[in-house]
Parts: sequence; structure tokens; C-alpha cells
Amino acid sequence: MKKFIIKRLLLAIMILFFVSFIIYALMRCLPTSFVEALANKKAQAGGSKTFAEWMAQLNAVYGLDKGLFDGYGSWISKAITGDFGESWKFTIPVTQKFADVIWYSFVLNVICFILEMGISIPLGILAARKQYSRTDYTITTIALMGISLPSFFFATVLKLIFCVKLGWFDLFGVVGKYHEQLNTPLEKILDMGWHYILPVVTLTIVSIGALMRYTRTNMLEVLNSDYIRTARAKGLSEKVVINKHAFRNTLIPIVTIVGGMLPGLFSGAMITETLFGIPGIGYTSYQAMVEGDIPFTMFYMLFLAILTLLGTLLSDILYAVVDPRVRVN
Amino acid sequence: MADKNIDLEKNNNPQENTGNMFENENELNEDQRVKILSPGMLVVKRFIRNRLAIVGTVILIVMILFSFIGGALSPYAENQSFYKTSDVAKDYAAAALNNEPQFYYANGVEFENTLVKFEIINAVSQNKTYLKGKDYFYTVTEAGEGFYLIARAEEAATVKLDQNGTAISSEYAQDISSELEEAFMGCITSGEDNLSFEGKDYSVVSMADNTYTLCVAEDVGVSTRKVISLLDKNEKLTFEFMRDFELALNDKKNEFEFDGATYTVEEGNSFDIINKNGEEYACVSDYSIQSTVSGGKISVDEMASIVDAITSRKTEYTNPDGVLCSITNKDTRYTITTDKKTRILDTHAKPSKTHWLGTDKDGMDNLTRLMYGGRISLFIGFVVVIIELLIGVILGGIAGYFGKWVDNLIMRIVDIVICIPAMPIYIILGSIMDTNQVDAQMRIFYLMFVLGILSWPGICRMVRGQILSLREQEFMIATEATGISVRRRIFKHLIPNVIPQLIVIATMDLGSIILTEATLSFLGLGVKFPYASWGNIINAVNDSYVMTHFWFEWIPAGFLILLTVLGFNFVGDGLRDAFDPKMKR
Repeated sequence: MKKFIIKRLLLAIMILFFVSFIIYALMRCLPTSFVEALANKKAQAGGSKTFAEWMAQLNAVYGLDKGLFDGYGSWISKAITGDFGESWKFTIPVTQKFADVIWYSFVLNVICFILEMGISIPLGILAARKQYSRTDYTITTIALMGISLPSFFFATVLKLIFCVKLGWFDLFGVVGKYHEQLNTPLEKILDMGWHYILPVVTLTIVSIGALMRYTRTNMLEVLNSDYIRTARAKGLSEKVVINKHAFRNTLIPIVTIVGGMLPGLFSGAMITETLFGIPGIGYTSYQAMVEGDIPFTMFYMLFLAILTLLGTLLSDILYAVVDPRVRVN
Repeated sequence: MADKNIDLEKNNNPQENTGNMFENENELNEDQRVKILSPGMLVVKRFIRNRLAIVGTVILIVMILFSFIGGALSPYAENQSFYKTSDVAKDYAAAALNNEPQFYYANGVEFENTLVKFEIINAVSQNKTYLKGKDYFYTVTEAGEGFYLIARAEEAATVKLDQNGTAISSEYAQDISSELEEAFMGCITSGEDNLSFEGKDYSVVSMADNTYTLCVAEDVGVSTRKVISLLDKNEKLTFEFMRDFELALNDKKNEFEFDGATYTVEEGNSFDIINKNGEEYACVSDYSIQSTVSGGKISVDEMASIVDAITSRKTEYTNPDGVLCSITNKDTRYTITTDKKTRILDTHAKPSKTHWLGTDKDGMDNLTRLMYGGRISLFIGFVVVIIELLIGVILGGIAGYFGKWVDNLIMRIVDIVICIPAMPIYIILGSIMDTNQVDAQMRIFYLMFVLGILSWPGICRMVRGQILSLREQEFMIATEATGISVRRRIFKHLIPNVIPQLIVIATMDLGSIILTEATLSFLGLGVKFPYASWGNIINAVNDSYVMTHFWFEWIPAGFLILLTVLGFNFVGDGLRDAFDPKMKR
């Protein structure tokens, strides 16, 4: 087991190395005109550094004046120590900005994650138990609609109904107008919670479909297996068959996939955060990317790559841990 | 032929059939043949039995017809803008209440310095009559109500008298003849103000200390509170005209001559009208009125009615052409607007018979844009799926068939590509293309290329996994034994076995690619104007006024995306169930 985990870790580091190289190469592929136009625009803003200074700073961090491999070497050696330079847009170190905003996203994602578990797993199991019944069709339809729903459209419709027509929520932002005047910390938290409702609804509805269908498919597979037939043949009650024999076996793939989802809790929801003005990592990086903030974008891409890698790693390891039948070679 | 028909009829009636079957046991009967369905037919049958899949198929057919046929049937083009004529309040004239005295100076008069001008203005407002500049005197004479004549005088002689009337000192600015001197003294004793001598007008000004000055007087200006609005904007009012007009008015004359023309003055309530040679010339009132249309003229009659309307605090009046004009007031300024028929873009039009879903912010027909948008969204979906299938199947096939280091290498590439964060790359690419102003059509190609390049790993993994297990089966040993080439073995014998899964995955991917494209276009980074796509149609909600007031502009596009993606997912789901009967209980 230990050997397996170490092997996977080494592999992950190797992949990360290549991915970071590709990301760096992509940055180097940016048309020079684009980078220079950006630096020029920055330089023209009042009280800013000159064009030459901007370019010099960029060269210092990314080694643009060096060759591809030398440049990558100097960048990655800095990145390993956590030095990602200073964000162009926010004019503070990238990692500092990241630390400021990540918790907004994390809280949002955690709430959605819990709701997603609570809704999709029971519904998925229900749908599998009553395959081809009306319940199954309804649940499948809801799941597929959630998957098919464009989040930006759904968010806008929610805003139109609840913010504009009913006036229950603010159109943008994570805190209300009078947030600073609120007295107790509890009131402040409630105020923020109120502003989180619509984003949470949007994200949850859009994301429950995938897990629900995954649960249903796996539950169906389990229900078709021989040991369930045996359990039934033994004369066990349907309740015991489902809850004890079937559910536990369904949990194996579910735990694997859910474990893989955990690192994703930090990745932020770009579209939803942007539409609702939640100042999380998704919204921040979207602003940075649109305005060509290279330092922040590089950091965010690397961060996402690490999260994806961690996700696969975690689900591989969990698969081996949870299911004793899996033989590791 | 007839026998066969009877046979078929019998087949439709299974009860009668039973007897028949025993009779021809060795013959392959029609009803037996029906029961043994080909695997393909089995899939179709299972697919048709799935209600959701049928709904999905219907949705997709409707969407494809809507997008590809609809665009051709629509009477409008993708980028056709519609115009409407509308009454737009256009600025027509401006009026301003005048409280300040107006000054008119003779042409070619040069003052010693600008200070003098200010002093004259001061003198008028403070009722002073005399002021002295460096070289000249200026006199301001009130010649009527609010009307002052400004004269400039050059000193010709100054005489100071003692109490007995004898000159004690005298200064002569210029050489003046003794006759003039005598006449000047005569004037002083008789107390006359004006003196005419040798065709020249002089005035005698008496000052304190018994000092008298003989000046050569010349009218240089007038000050009046009346505003004369000329019919012809290009004509300038001259000082001489103003003087003659005011003088005539003061003499209660309704007629005066100027520059060879006869002017008559008609008096009204709050305005006077001046006619030149019997034709309208100007309107005199407390308001200055000007046309704000270039080259426009406002007739004197109309000026009169504007003044009338303003003084009686009306907000509208009818001009001589019978057009209703409205007056808006701000402090002492009045703006006169009139509704003009103007051809403007028919933007944000409500749904109507000609535009079933109204028009958008560019005055384009929403329904037509939706049709063309669907074409692009579906087209991008198909092309991207083809790209990812090509890459995924080839790499997956090679990896699965060869195994060992080839498999290892390709799978590591897959791992790396999966790790590349797709959304940030799309967004950066979009903003680079924005900066470099890439042509809208090229953008679509780049978009398809990048979407395809980043979305193949899923297919590659699936194909490789399937082939790994298929490779071990007997038919592969058979192909090896018959000496079929490796390429044929992979693509003719292995890949066809993966096709069911490929169809399912491709159908599902079509939906998700359409979603990604819509999201990017919504963010303004995907398909761009002039091309329509469902995503960039919804982009209109960035203007929150559109979002709240014009639902017909963006809600339909959202539902079309939802329905299309749902259709692909239903069909994909149905196909998966149909291909894989193991899932049935």
C-alpha cells in the first residue's frame, strides 16, 4: 500500500512538472504584442512604473529574456518557494491576494458540496431501486436538466426573479449595504449567509445531476449483482438488502469519486461567483485573466492543475483503501 | 405473391399461426424471422421503448430543423437591422430671457483699452453720464427707457472761467480757429450744449469749477435692454440701426429710414415686430430667440408666438406651420423642441407579427438571430466532437493495442492534458484575440480547435480501456493468425467494437461542448458579433435594463441551450441503456 501511494505521488509530481512546463510555454506563446500592449497600458496609468520597468519586472519573474528552458527553470525555482510575483491588477503579491479571497470560494463550495451529497445520493439510490418507474423518470429528468442547465442563464433567471421582481436579495456582492453597521458578529454572518443563498442554489442545482446519475448507475450495477440475489434468496427483508448489502457496496465508487471532488472545493466557481459578485478565487481570477494579469493567471492555472492532480491521486488512493478486493500491484 | 400475403396476414394473428408452425417446421417462417432481431435492431427497439430518449430525439430533430432550415425560411438575414420612423423630440430653437443691457458699438471704433469698455458698462448701470479716459471723454446719455447713447469726445479746448465769466486759463488741444473759439465762448455764455461749426458737430460740456470743455463728439455706441432677434441669423445688427430704431421709438414714430430702406414697427403685447420694406425683419422683445437647427430660420411671427407663450407661461405653442412645439424652461433659458419624424433603429421592439420575438439592441430580429445562433452552436459542437473523436480514437487505439511503454507514454500525455485547466486557457485566448482584434470568423475556428485539443482525453481513456480487454479475445487471435496488418486490426476489428460507447460519449460531449461554447460566448470571449450564438445573445443581460425589461431577448436563447443540451443528454442516456442491456433488471 505504502509503495503504491509513493509511486502515485512520484507520478503526480512528474505530471505536475510537465503541466507546469506546458503552462509556462503557453505563457511564452503569448504574442509579444499582447504582453507589450499590456505593459504599455499599465505604464500609461498615472503614478505607475514605466514601460521598461514593467518589462524588466516581467523578465525578472518569468525569464522572458532567457531561453524557454532556462526561463522555466528560473520561474519554477521561484514558484516552489511560493514566490509568484506581484499581481498586476491587484498590486499585491499573488499569494497574498489568493489568501484573501480563497475562503469565500471555499465556504461557498463546501455548502454546495454538503447539499449535493445530501440530495443526489439518496435520490440516485431511490431512482435505481425503482428503475423505469415514474419516480425514476422524474429523478433522471431533473438530474439531466441540472446537467444541461447553463449556469450563467440559471443564475440570471434567479437574479431576475428574486433580486429584481421580488427584491429579496441584492444583485451583487457578498455583504449588504449596511454590513458595517451591524452590531454582533452573528448578524454579520447571517447577512453574508443571506447573500450566499442564490449562488449556493445555482451551484447546487447545476452540480447535483452528475453525482445523482453516477449513484444511480452504480446502485443499479450493485442491485444486479449475484450477492444481492443471494441476499434476497436468503429471505432478508428488502430494507436490509438495500441498506446493508447494496448501499455499502455502492459506497465504494461513491467514496472514490467524492474523495476526488474534495480538492475541487478550493477551485472556485468562476461563472457563478462572477455573476453574483462573490469575491472568491473564481471571480478574482476571472478579472485577472480578462485583464491579462499574467502573474495571477499563471498562479491560478498552476493551482488548478495541482487541484486536479490531487483529486485523481486522492480518488486512486481511496479506491485502493476502501475496496479490499482491489489488488495493488 | 398471393400466398405470401396470406402468410403475412396469418403472422399478424399468432393464435391461428400456431398450427401453421408445426406444419412447416423446417422452413424458416416469417414470424420466426421477426423474432430474431439483428443486434442493431435490438438497440433501436430498446431505444424506442425509452420514453426520455424519444423526447430527446424529438427535441434534437426540432432544434436541428429550427437552426438549419429555420435560417433559410426566415425572411430576414442574420445581420439585418430594422428601422422605424419615430417622433423624436428634436431641439428646434432656443430662447433666453435678457436682463442685461446689450451694447452695440460702431464698426471700426477702437477703444484705448478694454478697461474703457468695462467703465462704460459700469456707467450705464450706475447712471453716470460722463467718464474720462486717457485721450477721450465718454458721455453716456439716457435717450429713452433703458436706452443709452454712448458718445466719444475728443477734447478740442478747455476753458476755465472765474466768477465773472472771464477766462482765466484756456488750453487748446489742437489748433482751432479764432472763429470757433468765439463760438465756443458764445455757447458758454448762452449755456448751449451743442455747437455746429463748419459742418462739424461739437459739444460743450460743463464741469465743476466753472470749467468748460469743447469736444468733438462722435456717437460710438448704444446700450439697450431690448433684444432684437433677426429673421436671418447671418445678418448682424449694427449700432446705427439700433440707434435709429430706438430714436424712432422714442419719438413715438412707427416708421424710420435706415440705409435706404423703410422700417416699420408693429407693436404687440410683449413684443414688437420690425418690418423692412414691408417684409418681416426682426422681432423685438425681452428674449433672444435663435434657431438651433443649422440653416434654420424662425419666422418673425413664430418668434412672436414663442415670446407670447413664454410670457403667458404656456409650455406649448403651435407654430405657423401648424406643428406643435413644446417649451421647456431652465432658469432663464427656454428650449423649444418639436417632434420630428426620424428614421431610427428599431431596437428592443416588443414581440409582434413581423418580429415574433421582437428585436435586439441592434434592431435585429431575435428569432432569426436564434436560428443562426443555433446553426453556429451546433456546428461548433459537431466539429469539436469530430476533432476529439479523431485524436481520442487514434491515440486510445494505439495505446490499447500496443500496451507497454506506448500505452504508458500516451496515458501520461492524457494525464497531463487532463490537468491543463481548460477554462482559464479559453478565457486568456479570448482576451488575446480581443487585443489583437482577430476576425470574428477566425475566432470561431480557433475556438473549435482549442476546444477539440483540450477535450479528447476522456475518449482516449475509454477507447484504450475497451481495447485492452478486447485485445485478449479470440477474434483478435484469429486476425493475427490470418496475418491482417496492424492498422487494419486496430481500426477494422477493434475500433468498431467500441463504436457503441463512442456514440454515447460523443452525444453527451456534444451537449457539454455546446454549454462550454455558450458560456464563453456569454462572457464575450467566444463567438462574437456579427455572428450570433445562443451564448452571445444572452450576453445582452450584461445591460441590466435589458435583463429586467426585455425578457424576450434572452430567455428564449437560454431555453434553447437548455433544451438542446437536454436533448443530447436524453439521447445519450437512452443510447447507453439501449447498447448495454446489462443495466436492465
